[in-house]
Amino acid sequence: MSNLAILSPLLIHLLFSILLMFAWRSLKWQKSLTIIGNSIALAASIWVFILVYEHGTQTVQSGNWQAPFGITFVGDMLAVTLVLLTCISGFAVAIFSVVSVIKARLKFGYFSVFHFLLMGLIGAFLTGDIFNLYVWFEIIIISSFVLISLGGEKNQLEGAVKYFTLNFLASMIFLTALGVLYGLTGTLNMADLSQKIVLLENQALVEICAVLFLVGFGIKSAVFPLYFWLPASYHTPPSAVSAIFAGLLTKVGVYALIRVFTLIFVGDLFLETLLLSIAILSIFSGGIGALIQNNIRKVFSYLIICHIGFMIGGLGLFTTVAIAGTIFYLIHDIIVKTNLFLISGLIYRLRSTSSLQKLGGLYDQYPKISLLLAIPLFSLVGIPPLSGFWPKISLILAGFEQQNYWFVGAVIFGSLITLVVIAKVWSEAFWKEPKPVKKWKKFVDFSQLKQIQKAQLIFPIAFLSVVSLYIGFGAEHIQQLSERIANELMDNQQYIDAVFKTRTDAR
Amino acid sequence: MEILLAVITGLLYAAGIYMMLRRSLVKLILGIILLGNGVNLLIFLLGRITKGKPPIIPEEAKVFQEIYADPVPQALILTAIVISFGLQAFAIILVKRTYKVLGTDDLDQLNTTDEDS
Repeated sequence: MSNLAILSPLLIHLLFSILLMFAWRSLKWQKSLTIIGNSIALAASIWVFILVYEHGTQTVQSGNWQAPFGITFVGDMLAVTLVLLTCISGFAVAIFSVVSVIKARLKFGYFSVFHFLLMGLIGAFLTGDIFNLYVWFEIIIISSFVLISLGGEKNQLEGAVKYFTLNFLASMIFLTALGVLYGLTGTLNMADLSQKIVLLENQALVEICAVLFLVGFGIKSAVFPLYFWLPASYHTPPSAVSAIFAGLLTKVGVYALIRVFTLIFVGDLFLETLLLSIAILSIFSGGIGALIQNNIRKVFSYLIICHIGFMIGGLGLFTTVAIAGTIFYLIHDIIVKTNLFLISGLIYRLRSTSSLQKLGGLYDQYPKISLLLAIPLFSLVGIPPLSGFWPKISLILAGFEQQNYWFVGAVIFGSLITLVVIAKVWSEAFWKEPKPVKKWKKFVDFSQLKQIQKAQLIFPIAFLSVVSLYIGFGAEHIQQLSERIANELMDNQQYIDAVFKTRTDAR
Repeated sequence: MEILLAVITGLLYAAGIYMMLRRSLVKLILGIILLGNGVNLLIFLLGRITKGKPPIIPEEAKVFQEIYADPVPQALILTAIVISFGLQAFAIILVKRTYKVLGTDDLDQLNTTDEDS
């Protein structure tokens, strides 16, 4: 079955996480294996992307059980694009962690768990079965629990307790919703659900179910009233870990929301209003939260919440233009947010502090690195040729079309506040005179690193910056891609046909 | 039977959420366990309880002739039990470790990460 190709990035990550366990004792082997593994997975995901781009949606019926009965994997354009982005971020973060994560953590299976996390993410994007989605979510959260608590520092454990409890609660709410949905329809296949749910008489219960999904995925994607775990925990683990969390973990919640609300619960006015209002409130609360923080990683954590609002809002408007904006923003955001946390790790390595008050003078001391760091920071703000600018056009345009001026105002406010925050970070960290910092005894300063290690810290940031630049300057391609995805999402018959196609062929 | 199970499910949910809202770390774990069991019972209940009718098609027939017990919810619960077992084991270790490092089991004391540093 040639269709199995779409599973290749997933299987490669699984294979390498197992291989890494065999190399438990040798860090050298682990480091090279993880870089090889991520490179192969990246290559595979590019191949899968091209395959789906040229031949349309691919499906795999696992164990050859036909569609509504077996577990289906669906590689549509949205899924493979996100798989590609996952592999790009994973590749960059793996290289970054080789140097930045300390030995005490690497020794206890850091890389192996890291591969499991990426596998879980890819699985969650590809699956077409809602219970299977739950299982992938659990794989993701178990791996992320290990990564967040690995090392066992005091504030890490505190963050881990909060992170664990709320994510567990989210999973339980998701599972409850799933149970109710199964009780109503008797199926778990998302394409099948999409067909059966409109036929149900008890639409009130369907709506309750939809709200449960919204709360479950809302906790995971950190939207307005449910985000408090995020700023309390994301700055505690090593920055390589926060980078992968920031780039991908909240986005998988957004992906699940997009999938569920375009495929299963479609066209409900109440839900769309609800999504829009939480989006607007997320933008406001995230933006204002980012303004008052002092720790650079907390600033970025609040910015995540602010920008989740853009995506949820696009979903709430629910027009093709708005969804295209959401997808474009998602593509831009995964790369930039991963990069931001890598940057915070690099800044910590340069200065041994993350406090904006104590940071300073980076531009004087490291002008070249500073210029490199300017690319992702300005992309985030969305200064015109860079990547953050283009999706906002679609979002604002869609807002005007729907005459939803609150959302338009919120997007503009969110952009403005991002600009203020980044300007603050820039002037505090790069231009101001630094204050003396008490250094941790074992701290290895950037200048003490070997040339190759320096390269391993800089390369991932440069790599992701180049991807960001491509998204900005090649915006036409990304816009076409987003519009194609948006069309596929709005016309969910395509998805349903792709899932059931193999069944009609076989007969 | 259904009514009894429905009441128990409700009680487990309520007790689980209540325990999670308490300040003690140990009660947090108890809450997690109760909530997990509540969800499993809910799925079991929603899969329609059918007594003594295994989902096996008789040899001479092609399809089910009468009502049968749906095996899918049980498979779902089994998966969910295994997953929540793993999560609970992790939670217990995490809480024990947290208690050792921080020297407190009061959740209100876990606020240093929210302070400005």
